[in-house]
Amino acid sequence: MELEFLIEKTALVLVLFVLTLTIAAYSTWAERKVAAWLQDRVGPNRAGPFGLLQPLADGGKMFFKEEIIPSGANKYLFIAGPSLALLVSFLGTAVIPFGQNIEIFGRVVPLQVTDINVGILYIFGVVSLGVYGIMIGGWASNNKYSLMGAIRGASQNISYEIAMGLSIIALLMVTNTLSFKEIAAQQHGWHWNVLYQPLGFLIFLICAFAETNRVPFDLPECETELIGGYQTEYSAFKMGAYMFAEYINMFVSSVVMAVLYFGGYNYPGMDAVNQALGPTWSPLIGVGVMFFKIIAFIFFFMWVRWTVPRFRYDQLMDLGWKVLIPLAIANIVITAIVIVGFDLFNKL
Amino acid sequence: MSLFYVVAFLSIIFALLVIFTKNPVHSVLYLIATFFTFTIHYIILNAQFLAVVNFIVYMGAIMVLFLFVLMLMNLNTDTEPMKSTLLKVVGAIAGGCLLVTLVGSMKTLSSASTTAMDNTGIGLVENLGKVLFSDFLLPFELSSILLLAAMVGAVLLAKKDNKTA
Amino acid sequence: MEEYSQISAFGKVLIFLIMGIVFVMLAFITNKIIAPNKPNPEKNSSYECGEEVIGSSWIQFNSRFYVIALIFLLFDVEMVFIFPWATVFSDANLIAQDQRWGWLSFTEMLIFISILLLGLVYVWRKKDLDWIKPVLKLPTVDTKIPLSAYQAINEEKYQPGLKNKQLENSPIVQENNIETENIKPKFVPRFKKS
Repeated sequence: MELEFLIEKTALVLVLFVLTLTIAAYSTWAERKVAAWLQDRVGPNRAGPFGLLQPLADGGKMFFKEEIIPSGANKYLFIAGPSLALLVSFLGTAVIPFGQNIEIFGRVVPLQVTDINVGILYIFGVVSLGVYGIMIGGWASNNKYSLMGAIRGASQNISYEIAMGLSIIALLMVTNTLSFKEIAAQQHGWHWNVLYQPLGFLIFLICAFAETNRVPFDLPECETELIGGYQTEYSAFKMGAYMFAEYINMFVSSVVMAVLYFGGYNYPGMDAVNQALGPTWSPLIGVGVMFFKIIAFIFFFMWVRWTVPRFRYDQLMDLGWKVLIPLAIANIVITAIVIVGFDLFNKL
Repeated sequence: MSLFYVVAFLSIIFALLVIFTKNPVHSVLYLIATFFTFTIHYIILNAQFLAVVNFIVYMGAIMVLFLFVLMLMNLNTDTEPMKSTLLKVVGAIAGGCLLVTLVGSMKTLSSASTTAMDNTGIGLVENLGKVLFSDFLLPFELSSILLLAAMVGAVLLAKKDNKTA
Repeated sequence: MEEYSQISAFGKVLIFLIMGIVFVMLAFITNKIIAPNKPNPEKNSSYECGEEVIGSSWIQFNSRFYVIALIFLLFDVEMVFIFPWATVFSDANLIAQDQRWGWLSFTEMLIFISILLLGLVYVWRKKDLDWIKPVLKLPTVDTKIPLSAYQAINEEKYQPGLKNKQLENSPIVQENNIETENIKPKFVPRFKKS
């Protein structure tokens, strides 16, 4: 029993790893394709049909490039930066439920690596660790542009973390639990949290853009001012690690948004499907629905990237501190009033 | 129990590295590792909320501040000038005071019984919330005033800096 | 054995962490093995747009960032205090036990949040959240043409097609048109007949 359990979990973790990597790799391809589509170009189309092998070529290139460590840099930290960034970006998916429990060969397998009952706080902690990869890497490079990018990135991340946490608090007041599994189960059918927390979702969405350093919040690496930002000095796989980390972060935040606000694997009419298909096949449809939502979010990330111009730094800080935080606090108060008022209304 | 010893060993190793590393930035990073092992300790004690708070506040927030200070205040040179003897004496006295306090607290600890651990769900977030909003209401509200005072202090510090810069 | 099951839940996170570390290390080692390694001093110097590197970049930075980090820390702590409240706030069991629970916890948190807001307002009013904004500087040029002349040109509205029509009606253009009709091409290509 113990060994079987361990094998099951390790297999699940492996699948999740491969999945995350594949999605991150194909996000780079999709980004270029979406950009091409939005700008009326063709995009990558040489490697394989529709350029589908492009991510492999790009990834392979990363490994074959010479890695250069600047002589002025702090060697250990220069390596620690990208490794931390990549490692931390992976950790987020550990608590995500990708579907209902599935029955394979008479065994009930949960499609979730682990259900810790402080799951949301865990995700929040992992997000707060994301600062280190950027900060350490940027500082260790001993390059002015890198340092500026790192400082900008760290300040930006910590500023938007507060608004993100406050928007999660408003969500918790609705769900009453910190466990992802329970939150996903609560949103059965049509009861998606976005219907109860529209403002909270909006704040979370903006903060997710800021935390992943995506346009319009890509000031840590904005190429017109800072060459490459915190990754200016990086080459070969270390640079690839930063890039991968960014795309994995995008994937993870899409997943978190899908589960927290858009019902995860739930879809209207799922009860009928469950009854018709049985416990082996119906969860797979749920997984499909979940991935549809995730891909929709990833597409949204890319769409925004090629539509909206970059913020100026003072605008970015103003948005974070003077707009989003007061809005998030107001959202908490409004949610509390609605819940208490509803309670009173029920009693009358 | 063996897990405890492994983690405790690791935390002591990292804590020693914090002290003995020359480069201040390295030692802050070792401090992060030390805090991480503390998080594991909390999880072993089933104090989940404390574990996550340790993770978010200490590793995520305080250490960012530390790194900021170190990276921005140009303290990161390996060749730090030697402190004056007066500072050394003051440091020794302060350390001695801390040691005395620790020993004193250890003495009271040994007399206390360990029967308080019968409720193992005490560290869960829900239970903590219940206790915090009924029995410990006043300290909770007072803590907010403490935080306000800290914020005012932070702003005052910044004001002084802006004038000189 | 609820508590042990939770420890094993965190144990799975540990499995995840270990596999992550292994993966990252494998990737870095692979890169190290298959990548060429031909360093030279030019290549290893810091990038500064092709210029000679001037000094170290490990210097003192604007203290504004430090203040932001300090304020963030305080907000983070306050947020952590709110988390347990959010989970018990609308708990059905607690409300069933005590009718006043919802209102009580609501007012408690309202006080807490208003003190938090007070802090935010204080920082805001003290202008620690304000970032340095670019100052609009009009360039001054030593010229006798007054600025109003430029402004007049800038405010002039271009009407498409108007100028051409005026030109067509003017006598000079009409004369030119007549002339051009009469002019024979000066160069006539000739081809050798074979």
